[in-house]
Amino acid sequence: MLGLTRKDTTILLIVTVLALGAPFLLNPFPISSPLAQFNAGYPDLMQRFVIFGIFAIGFNILFGLTGYLSFGHAAFLGVGSYAGVWMFKLLGMNVIPAILASMIVAGLFSVLIGYISLRRSGIYFSILTLAFAQMSFSLAYSVLTPITGGETGLQLSLNDPRILGQSVTPDGNIPVPSLFGLEMGENTRLVISNWVFTFNVGYYFCAVILILAFYLSIRIFRSPFGLMLRAIKTNQTRLNYTGLNPKPYTLAAFVISGMYAGLAGGLMVAMDPLAGAERMFWTASGEVVLMAILGGAGTLIGPILGAGFIKYMENIVSKINETILHNWFAFLPDGLEDIVVSMVYPFIGKGWHLTLGILFMLVVIFLPGGLVEGGQRIGRIFRRKKKKETGDGSGATTVNPAE
Amino acid sequence: MSKKITRRGVLAVTAGAGAALAMPTIFDGSVWADGHSGFTNAPQGDTVTLGFNVPQTGPYADEGADELRAYELAVEHLNGGGDGGMMSTFSSKKLQGNGILGKKVEYVTGDTQTKSDAARASAKSMIEKDGAVMVTGGSSSGVAVAVQALCQEAGIIFMAGLTHSNDTTGKDKRANGFRHFFNSYMSGAALAPVLAANYGTDRKAYHLTADYNWGYTTEEAVRSSTEAMGWETVNAVKTPLASTDFSSYIAPVLNSGADVLVLNHYGGNMVNSLTNAVQFGLRDKSINNKNFEIIVPLYSRLMAKGAGANVKGIFGSTNWHWSLQDEGSKAFVKSFGTKYGFPPSQAAHTCYVQAMLYADAVERAGSFNPCAVVEALEGFEFDGMGNGPTLYRAEDHQCFKDVLVVKGKENPDSEFDLLEIVEVTPAEKVTYAADHPQFAGGQLGTCNPGA
Amino acid sequence: MDAFILQILNGLDKGSAYALIALGLTLIFGTLGVVNFAHGALFMIGAFVAVTVSRILSISMVVEDPTKTDFLGNPAKISTPYVEEWFGPTIGAGILDWAVPISIIIAIPIMIVIGVIMERGLIQHFYKRPHADQILVTFGLAIVLQEVIKYFYGANPIPTPAPAAFIGSFDFGAMIGFDPNTIIYPYWRLVYFAFSAIIIAVVFAFLQFTTFGMVVRAGMADRETVGLLGINIDKRFTMMFGLAAAVAGLAGVMYAPINSPNYHMGMDFLVLSFIVVVVGGMGSLGGAVLAGFLLGILESFASMSAVIELIPGINQVIIYLVAIIILLTRPRGLLGRKGVMED
Repeated sequence: MLGLTRKDTTILLIVTVLALGAPFLLNPFPISSPLAQFNAGYPDLMQRFVIFGIFAIGFNILFGLTGYLSFGHAAFLGVGSYAGVWMFKLLGMNVIPAILASMIVAGLFSVLIGYISLRRSGIYFSILTLAFAQMSFSLAYSVLTPITGGETGLQLSLNDPRILGQSVTPDGNIPVPSLFGLEMGENTRLVISNWVFTFNVGYYFCAVILILAFYLSIRIFRSPFGLMLRAIKTNQTRLNYTGLNPKPYTLAAFVISGMYAGLAGGLMVAMDPLAGAERMFWTASGEVVLMAILGGAGTLIGPILGAGFIKYMENIVSKINETILHNWFAFLPDGLEDIVVSMVYPFIGKGWHLTLGILFMLVVIFLPGGLVEGGQRIGRIFRRKKKKETGDGSGATTVNPAE
Repeated sequence: MSKKITRRGVLAVTAGAGAALAMPTIFDGSVWADGHSGFTNAPQGDTVTLGFNVPQTGPYADEGADELRAYELAVEHLNGGGDGGMMSTFSSKKLQGNGILGKKVEYVTGDTQTKSDAARASAKSMIEKDGAVMVTGGSSSGVAVAVQALCQEAGIIFMAGLTHSNDTTGKDKRANGFRHFFNSYMSGAALAPVLAANYGTDRKAYHLTADYNWGYTTEEAVRSSTEAMGWETVNAVKTPLASTDFSSYIAPVLNSGADVLVLNHYGGNMVNSLTNAVQFGLRDKSINNKNFEIIVPLYSRLMAKGAGANVKGIFGSTNWHWSLQDEGSKAFVKSFGTKYGFPPSQAAHTCYVQAMLYADAVERAGSFNPCAVVEALEGFEFDGMGNGPTLYRAEDHQCFKDVLVVKGKENPDSEFDLLEIVEVTPAEKVTYAADHPQFAGGQLGTCNPGA
Repeated sequence: MDAFILQILNGLDKGSAYALIALGLTLIFGTLGVVNFAHGALFMIGAFVAVTVSRILSISMVVEDPTKTDFLGNPAKISTPYVEEWFGPTIGAGILDWAVPISIIIAIPIMIVIGVIMERGLIQHFYKRPHADQILVTFGLAIVLQEVIKYFYGANPIPTPAPAAFIGSFDFGAMIGFDPNTIIYPYWRLVYFAFSAIIIAVVFAFLQFTTFGMVVRAGMADRETVGLLGINIDKRFTMMFGLAAAVAGLAGVMYAPINSPNYHMGMDFLVLSFIVVVVGGMGSLGGAVLAGFLLGILESFASMSAVIELIPGINQVIIYLVAIIILLTRPRGLLGRKGVMED
């Protein structure tokens, strides 16, 4: 279907179902239960899952296919965000021009940086991209404050011109981002006894774009272009000897992945119209690297899983506090309750970094192919039970003879 | 690309989704519309949820932890637990210790990471997931401004925590946001007379300024108020936020003809730049026949601790200090100290007071509706919260109250006894016009009650 | 001219910290081929060894003093460190004062043990894994290490002063004939510079003149051949990891009085140390040291106010700018060899 092999179609369908059904899937616990703490089905976090999923998919087109490890990808997300907010400030609150501007500006920026950085390979390439991104961050945070808002971030104000829209709403507030009048923040709630499911316009807008972006990435992975990128990863020298110049291909991959990052940045400001400089800091670039590796670099779905994993930790585990712990373990006898709480306490709330670090280590030690490999192992166990044959071992990593 | 199956597939999915959406009994918007009664997250049932959004990771984690302690104490007091703290000294007697408007106060916590993006994500989850009707906290102006704008958009109240930049109630002010903490302008206005009295009016100052918004407003405020009394500014150099070693910025100071060094730094920057300046022996030198002096416009006791003995004798300003002897401060220190075993920081104080002021405003307004709360807080005058008579000015939602000028103590009695109060500058000395140039360029807008 | 000399001094001092960290990082890169994101954490742990030693030394006997009260009005507690109790106030206070130099002796074995445990317990399983996996696992380890430190010591910086004898500065300018107060420099920073120079010299001498060092250098050049000669190169590489950890740790111990240690100081140095290593050239020890000093000095010059006025923001980006220029003009950094970490 859609020019995909059966297997890819299945993956695309899985992603589609996950994305469209997220408000249900991420809200498995009724609001009254103590486990409701683990529900992630509220608009902001779902948007983040999807947006960082797009960012990671884009990153994976570069890293997973060509093996070039960019350590400065957050810079493209950052400039994309700034471009988006400027469109909101100057043009109007429609998200389409803002997102297009984000992608174009991020694309141009990545042509510039990619052209220079791709003159080197390996760790030298990584350091060049890192250096460019850190320069962008430092300047945006300080001397470029008039353009970027600096520390406080670039935000909308009542004085913005917004030539195609209104500067101020009739009730005296700043207008909110919308898709031809359909506000991104609009929610519809579905209440089924103790469950509340929130359907957010902005989220579904992002989810549709995620599905499109994911489809495009499958097409790239399976195209002759993708094959060429893999050849670059496998043996660039040999490719040179065959008379092919790999540079235009890597540059194209770099720009495509930069535009994905710009798209993610544009969506971020479309959901929440503020662009902070920290999103260009090296830790943000590192985060997308971790997402890709954690999920499974070079696999199609891995980066999305990695993005979801990290954002879940950041937003859910960090919010568990001591009071909540006491509620959970209230069924234990008093003394035991305190002991259990004090044992769990270092890992939640302000200790969420610790849990994240431990999980990074565990995943990479025991699942060398990332979360995707974990899924495959589980899948293999089931398959082994069905048929008496060993798993074929072909993960999404192996090249499918498509096209 | 084979398109024939495509369209059918898509249509099938759409139809399925359409069928699900169309099921009449499930979509129960009316229940929610009922509960909302016209504003975001109207408290349901017999509890009300507040969101405490403080840095729990990153360099300000200790300050954030102290803010959280203060909030927990405030919740305890509001719900009638503990000794009531400042509720007994607060001039408004509306709070009864039975929650807010009879609803028991519950809270959720989040981690700002001192990043505007993360702070907004955390605040959004409080609003969207936990139904918080007010968000408060934070330990930097970048975060305060970002979260304040978010709360304005979402239609809930934001009670700023520690934020000192002029912008929070200046160019980035919002109708739904309120700041109790003092600001750069007030620091400058309070410090200048004390500096003139101690160091004379004929001084040459050298500024090192953290290269971001707060640094800019602080430098501007201190410069203009010291220049007004006759000081000359020899040079002002911006230092990157990420700097850890300030030696290359401090080394040239002695040779510049300046005899005062102003460190417009906060947090880790302040600890390091002050430590470096003392290492270079600046304070042992005399220039132009005057003893060389260092000034730190914004002091924080928690941070001063990181600089150790280097703070001794160095002037600065602070919002509040636990050694104040008014009834409100004493009551607060007592109940905080009894619960946690050490005195509260200024961050803890401002957060506690903000929580109390919000609760009181709701009581006085008789509603959690943000617009009613805004109305109750605007122009509100109160006393007994540790800073003398205080006004929440309606024009910019900034508190006007006494400001403390402090000095690093020479012979501390304990590990908490790092600062001594030199002067309590009365509120009228630090009050400015709402359209003062340092605060220009912003509009409050109108209050937003959300949906 | 005097401003120039002053910034060279500053640059050498900054550079010596960069060089020390980069030296250890390069040892690990060069010998083991591992991208160690936890190296900054080792530097941080070194600094916290100094903090811990001074805390242990100042463990105190607590007595109540009825004449004074604390902030709540209860009787104040007076604490006297046991070392003062045992050795008398003068010697006891002297020991406390010298806590940081004492820590050096303690830090060496501790850091070697930490390094060896890290290598045997974790890193050795990652020699054959892709660099990406090494980055992920060592980054995870770095987070864990710094969170553990944060759990015990809090997030605020902890003052760890140098011995009183080294506090303050001396007038270098007056010594070489400039006006007084033109070139002053803190004693402890000079100590730091001298200390770094010694450590660097020791590491180079060790690799150059001992059999052990010779084997390691041979292993760096061609691991397989050395293994074929029947030499157990793995064991030696483990020791190199211990050595690299010790170098990073010592850099941290001595750095503690310059800037109060905090739990994230390792991360602050991480990016920078990678840039130093790469600018120096992968696998080149000399390159790492050279690049460390070069970047330190350039950073100092860029922070002069005359320079900032000329090019605003240059002090923010100088390191990155220099890294880009060097990598574009010299493909493998200053002294890098061909083929190391290029794929």
